[in-house]
Amino acid sequence: MNFTLRVWRQPNSRTPGRLESYPARNIDPNMSFLEMLDVVNEQLTLENREPIAFDHDCREGICGMCSLVIDGEAHGPEERVTSCQIYMRSFKDGATITVEPFRSKAFPILKDLIVDRSALDRIIQSGGFISVNTGQAPDANALPIGKDLAEQAFDVAHCIGCGACVAACKNASAMLFVSAKVTHLGLLPQGQPERDRRVRAMVSTMDAEHFGNCTNQYECEAVCPKGISAANIARLNRDYALASLKGMFTKKSESAGGG
Amino acid sequence: MTQLDAKIPSGPLAQKWDRHRAAIKLVSPTNKRKFEILVVGSGLAGASAAATLAEQGYSVKCFCFQDSPRRAHSIAAQGGINAAKNYQNDGDSIYRLFYDTIKGGDFRSREANVYRLAQVSVNIIDHCVAQGVPFAREYGGLLANRSFGGAQVSRTFYARGATGQQLLLGAYQALSRQIGLKQVQMIPRADMLELVLVDGQAKGIVVRDSVTGKISSHSGDAVVLATGGYGNVFNLSTYARGSNATAIWRAYKKGALFANPCFTQIHPTCIPVSGDYQSKLTLMSESLRNDGRCWVPKKAGDKRAADAIPEEERDYYLERLYPSYGNLAPRDISSRAAKRVCDEGRGVGPSGLGVYLDFSDALKRLGEATIRERYGNLFDIYHEITGENAYQAPMRIYPAIHYTMGGLWVDYNLMSNVPGLFVVGEANFSDHGANRLGASALMQGLADGYFVLPYTIGHYLAGSKKVKPSVESAEFRQAESETEARIARLLGIRGKRTVSDIHKQLGKILWENCGMARNRQGLQDALQKIPALREEFWGGVTVPGEGKDLNQSLEKALRVADFLELGELLCRDALAREESCGCHLREEYQTPEGECKRNDEEYAYAAAWQYAGETSAPVLCKEPLIYEELPMATRSYK
Repeated sequence: MNFTLRVWRQPNSRTPGRLESYPARNIDPNMSFLEMLDVVNEQLTLENREPIAFDHDCREGICGMCSLVIDGEAHGPEERVTSCQIYMRSFKDGATITVEPFRSKAFPILKDLIVDRSALDRIIQSGGFISVNTGQAPDANALPIGKDLAEQAFDVAHCIGCGACVAACKNASAMLFVSAKVTHLGLLPQGQPERDRRVRAMVSTMDAEHFGNCTNQYECEAVCPKGISAANIARLNRDYALASLKGMFTKKSESAGGG
Repeated sequence: MTQLDAKIPSGPLAQKWDRHRAAIKLVSPTNKRKFEILVVGSGLAGASAAATLAEQGYSVKCFCFQDSPRRAHSIAAQGGINAAKNYQNDGDSIYRLFYDTIKGGDFRSREANVYRLAQVSVNIIDHCVAQGVPFAREYGGLLANRSFGGAQVSRTFYARGATGQQLLLGAYQALSRQIGLKQVQMIPRADMLELVLVDGQAKGIVVRDSVTGKISSHSGDAVVLATGGYGNVFNLSTYARGSNATAIWRAYKKGALFANPCFTQIHPTCIPVSGDYQSKLTLMSESLRNDGRCWVPKKAGDKRAADAIPEEERDYYLERLYPSYGNLAPRDISSRAAKRVCDEGRGVGPSGLGVYLDFSDALKRLGEATIRERYGNLFDIYHEITGENAYQAPMRIYPAIHYTMGGLWVDYNLMSNVPGLFVVGEANFSDHGANRLGASALMQGLADGYFVLPYTIGHYLAGSKKVKPSVESAEFRQAESETEARIARLLGIRGKRTVSDIHKQLGKILWENCGMARNRQGLQDALQKIPALREEFWGGVTVPGEGKDLNQSLEKALRVADFLELGELLCRDALAREESCGCHLREEYQTPEGECKRNDEEYAYAAAWQYAGETSAPVLCKEPLIYEELPMATRSYK
């Protein structure tokens, strides 16, 4: 198969970027999208031109590092997969394919297709955890947790933190990401003591990091490689409203970090 | 030659760890924050160590090459984590987990370390549940277990097919909490390129910021390497593309011993290679062998589709060869069995390098819904990659490089022979001997990081002189300038071959000569070819771009340059070990059935290699493996 790629090239965060065209020739339909980029990069290297920079690591859809917008869609044309799990058989021979980075004010471009998503880490650092030091835990079976509840918690805990939800949202909202962690920990009995301070701290960090608000377009859910439901955003809103209301009547520190 | 002292505590095996913990020195709470510890790597071992050390009050700096600590490749572990909880009431115990691990490792691991691992395994599960890890549960609300290879009890805890992800996110969240509290300074997108010794002690590292290309030094009171395994030396593997050996290799070149480099695990169930362009291989979890049956046609060259081959013309070779463990035979044994049937011309698929993993019996017995609940995401991954539906036709699988049991030599305290240099998780060598059992990598990573290192490092710090050297000192300056020179040299070659091309060639040499089966002639050939390839690399590779920039070609070149040296040590070690054990099958030393023939008289030792400079061969130092509790026995899974 042969393709024409239009790829976003940008030397660094200070210099404006633009789309440039590259041919991709003799591509096997069973190649992954990233392997196709590898082939193009090998060619560029041999021509002594700079290869296209893109983030990737596990190449099996779990690390969350790959982050391409392919033909306008975060993680490309297939549902419930990451960029690394897109295969060239999904494209028509001869097609022109546009490849761009995950765009958002909160994700500055570092180079070409690589963006800085550390804002998501800072949201977790502000409260996305259960404060338990190593060595304090009771026996794992001391507290039974219903199978359905454990499964529900897993469904949201499965978030890989790729940020596709942000890239797909016209408001660059991170609410699907935040709601996944708030729901995961909020469902479990171990997460209850910090539930209120967690949601308030995470939402306040999210706002400070320039993520937008949710206006119910559900683009996030559509591109999420792990199929996390936008219904969790409703749960996040409810948890946040309740926690804020309770906060009016009790004096609490805003940060969950104190543990 | 360095004399190795494993510092195994005296006393009965079951009491060693408790007695040791009671005897080792402590650092007082107010003094802890005065010590700065550098943790390199943020996978299960690194993140758990960094978080726990920070909880204890130490000042910690943690480094990772990815954009976030949550991306470390522990995240991709699928199947589960072992622990001797005996929740299933099937006769499990600490002793049995210890025994299975030693036996699985074919009596080439250190007994005292393995016993401790089995002891702390139970604490790991407790801690992870407290962190909110959503393990699989029964309807009654208690934790569920599944079986894994090399065990006859059900002791594996799991979270669907993403156990590694859930455990890593638990550790990542604990680490994030400490970052938020400013107890840990996290430095992502940083490649460790050099270890710095001051007066023979590990006191710092040199890193390259992969965004700006800036080279900088960091000094500390101790350095912890948690940088994972070196399987990418083979190029094609189940590792993440970025996984590399540079940190441990740089430490080796600074005097840390590298133990058992040839002990590399080949996982029996991966999706077969489909083309030359392939960048990585994808694992299909061992847990699938709970319900999947491995088979090939009885007749060589049988090209019929799987469903056209009647039952009596199929060879369920694992069940035939190893009736008591069947499809749950350990990884090394299952991989070799697959290779053997393919070598006989009975392999399936277009390349003939594949065997079937068939779920039709389980689907009939349990129904599609149950299979989907147990393995749904694995069947999905298989479908995404191959375009085939494993609910309808059997999967095709083939062995691939997956894990490395070898690594930097450490004593009982997880400290290398370089004082102040600790090595945890897959990066060290101690617990899995010549073969690791499934679901034991997660266990070891978290055992080291949560429950072992945080104690033992205190003993070292309490006994060391507290002098954190300035990064302006001569040792750091020299390490930086050597690193800059290495980078300049790579960028200056501007030859004709790409880094990936040379890496592929190295991988091919190793897979053919130091893979599932090894022999003297092949290893000697490889020892000729690798140095020649290395020369070709330094003379004719091309690395485009600049040093002071985000340059992924340069990152890769730095890693492959180290793999080209490590690959040689792998072959050297495999050649020197004139016996077969676990993953290491030397064709000259096998039973008539093709099983490993160990030589305990001469080779019951860990082979720890000491760097001796560019022009001399490394020196082999031996740590004898003494089994106080278990008699060394021939491993049998029949």
